[in-house]
Amino acid sequence: MKKWLNVLEQNKRLQAIVIAVYIVVTFISLYLAQKSVVAFLLLLSSLLLLHFTTFSHRVKWVIGIVVLSVLLPLAASQGEAYQSYMEVATLVGIYIAMALGLNIVVGLAGLLDLGFVAFFAIGAYTYGIFATTQANNFMPFGQYPLSGESFWVFLIIGCIVAAIFGILLGIPVLRVKGDYLAIVTLGFGEIIRIIFNNLDKPINITNGAMGLASVQPPKLFGLEFMYPSQFYYVVLVILLLTIFVVRRLEYSKIGRAWKAVRENEIAAQAMGIPLVRTKLMAFAVGASFSGMMGVVFAAKQTFVDPTSFTLLESITILVMVILGGMGSVPGVILGAALVTILNLQVLTELTNWLNQLSLSGVVHIPDALSPAKMQRFIFGVILILFALYRPQGLLPAKNPRFDEKELKSGATNMVDGKEGAKDVYFNG
Amino acid sequence: MSILTVKQLTKQFGGLTANSNINMDVQKGSITAVIGPNGAGKTTLFNMVTGVYQPTSGDILLNGESIVGLKPHQVAQKGISRTFQNIRLFGAMTVLENVMVGMHTHLRSGLFHTMFSTPLMRKEEKEAKQEAYRLLQYVGLESLYNEEAKNLPYGAQRKLEIARALATKPKVLLLDEPAAGMNPKETAELTKLIYHMREQLQLTIILIEHDMKLVMEISEHIIVLDHGEKIAEGTPDDIRNNEKVIEAYLGKGATTAS
Repeated sequence: MKKWLNVLEQNKRLQAIVIAVYIVVTFISLYLAQKSVVAFLLLLSSLLLLHFTTFSHRVKWVIGIVVLSVLLPLAASQGEAYQSYMEVATLVGIYIAMALGLNIVVGLAGLLDLGFVAFFAIGAYTYGIFATTQANNFMPFGQYPLSGESFWVFLIIGCIVAAIFGILLGIPVLRVKGDYLAIVTLGFGEIIRIIFNNLDKPINITNGAMGLASVQPPKLFGLEFMYPSQFYYVVLVILLLTIFVVRRLEYSKIGRAWKAVRENEIAAQAMGIPLVRTKLMAFAVGASFSGMMGVVFAAKQTFVDPTSFTLLESITILVMVILGGMGSVPGVILGAALVTILNLQVLTELTNWLNQLSLSGVVHIPDALSPAKMQRFIFGVILILFALYRPQGLLPAKNPRFDEKELKSGATNMVDGKEGAKDVYFNG
Repeated sequence: MSILTVKQLTKQFGGLTANSNINMDVQKGSITAVIGPNGAGKTTLFNMVTGVYQPTSGDILLNGESIVGLKPHQVAQKGISRTFQNIRLFGAMTVLENVMVGMHTHLRSGLFHTMFSTPLMRKEEKEAKQEAYRLLQYVGLESLYNEEAKNLPYGAQRKLEIARALATKPKVLLLDEPAAGMNPKETAELTKLIYHMREQLQLTIILIEHDMKLVMEISEHIIVLDHGEKIAEGTPDDIRNNEKVIEAYLGKGATTAS
């Protein structure tokens, strides 16, 4: 087995054949067997396979985008289950973007945030309030709901509003560290939810526990976005943008500053890194992705209420980050996909199957033990197992490797451009 | 010409006076040592100079300008860099990245340049990498550039701290027990490195050290602290023969040993 893997690792053409065969087989099986969730998942996991190939980054990206934007929707589109497949894929995308945002805060900057879903809620309500008749209650001017075209503007507004709240939260909260920070952010998450739950008096802003119904669907050139298969593409584009931004930041001066703060605050400061500004930046950038996806979520569900933003959601996102690997972008994507699919597909399918069994009288399983209700239990088990046996996650974070040739090719002037470095080797 | 002046510096932690009325004048381009028994307040003094602690009273002047009240990162930007007694590297980052973090304040490209990966930003990053590598060559760690910092042997970690501190392009470099845990060969190399840094990079170096051989060999000026107070200062010869210092710290052997 190991020998085969070695051969495979060295031979790019072989890799190309394997992955092409894999994609074609899973594509055909999903195309023909529409009801097979397994085929759908197998086609999705071709991306994981792609991750392990040794192709250049550009090739991987092109193949990945083709699979996601053409092959997956095409293969799924042949039967009744099309919309439910796309619904799952859309939610996976939303959660990946949020997990990537949290990854900046927790994974890179090392600030444990247990109330991350608050920013998602802020994004969702930002669009929800103005895309329903709700805004008429308190806005002195304008006609609401705003038309579906405003959705695209709100993507940016949601992003900015969430970032501002990230900073507002950060200013008082970043005075505390570690466990204390976790508790304070947990409190913040709950406070936001409770505020949305109660802000129907004295002025009705959020419509309280009733929630905001019939949010305007987005519109683009007269086309209304109603179905998951359409939102899928919106999410895909935002997700690609998110991954792009996260990657750029991670390997830049800012990303290094975040990691330095995570590793040792005092040393980071001594190296000239402004502590508060760096941490606030992490909060703001992380929150902004979440806010943007909140807007999409509101438009997709066409209904926003406080129950979608509970502590369990925050914990779910944290589990995605820990499961995948803190600080690792591919890891977090995998973690988010696994947890979301486990939640939406595997657990519900298992519940359905068990229900059928008990209906036909084969076995009897009490309602309280149905897998769909064991979500928290399963998350708990995952967290404990990973903390014990694989604390670095499924795909651990990797440090950038540098190429010695590139490092050596510079001019030979020393720190201040004064001396030739060659003759001042310390051991020399 | 003095580059760093400390005036009447006092630090109290509750009822404990860690430093009391310390005066110090550091000449530009000199090597100054701060010595004294454990708990004498040497590291507290360093922490106040680098902005980690705020002094209870007194003043610290860098080139005649007060740096009291500045945050640690602002002090670093002013040109004071340091290493730590208990090594504080960025353990999970590579050796080269550790040095690159030190260049933080000298990299200009902000969010915009990073997002769009502009030519300016790429050029700057490339130069930063190369300079970091040169700094590693300077301290003799270039072969370990892709290792994680936490996996380095102890002596190498100390050298890496120096390389990282140099990356901030300091005028004044504070070394907190740079030779702690080093064997005699490594200490000899370190001595050479400190000389080199002063000569080639025109640095002013202040160090805390317990290795008296190293201290007496390289420092031009020595300040002795005991119980938070300055009990003596002067050239190595003055200090070696100072009654108070012998009693408080060096012991009787010091006069005869060399």
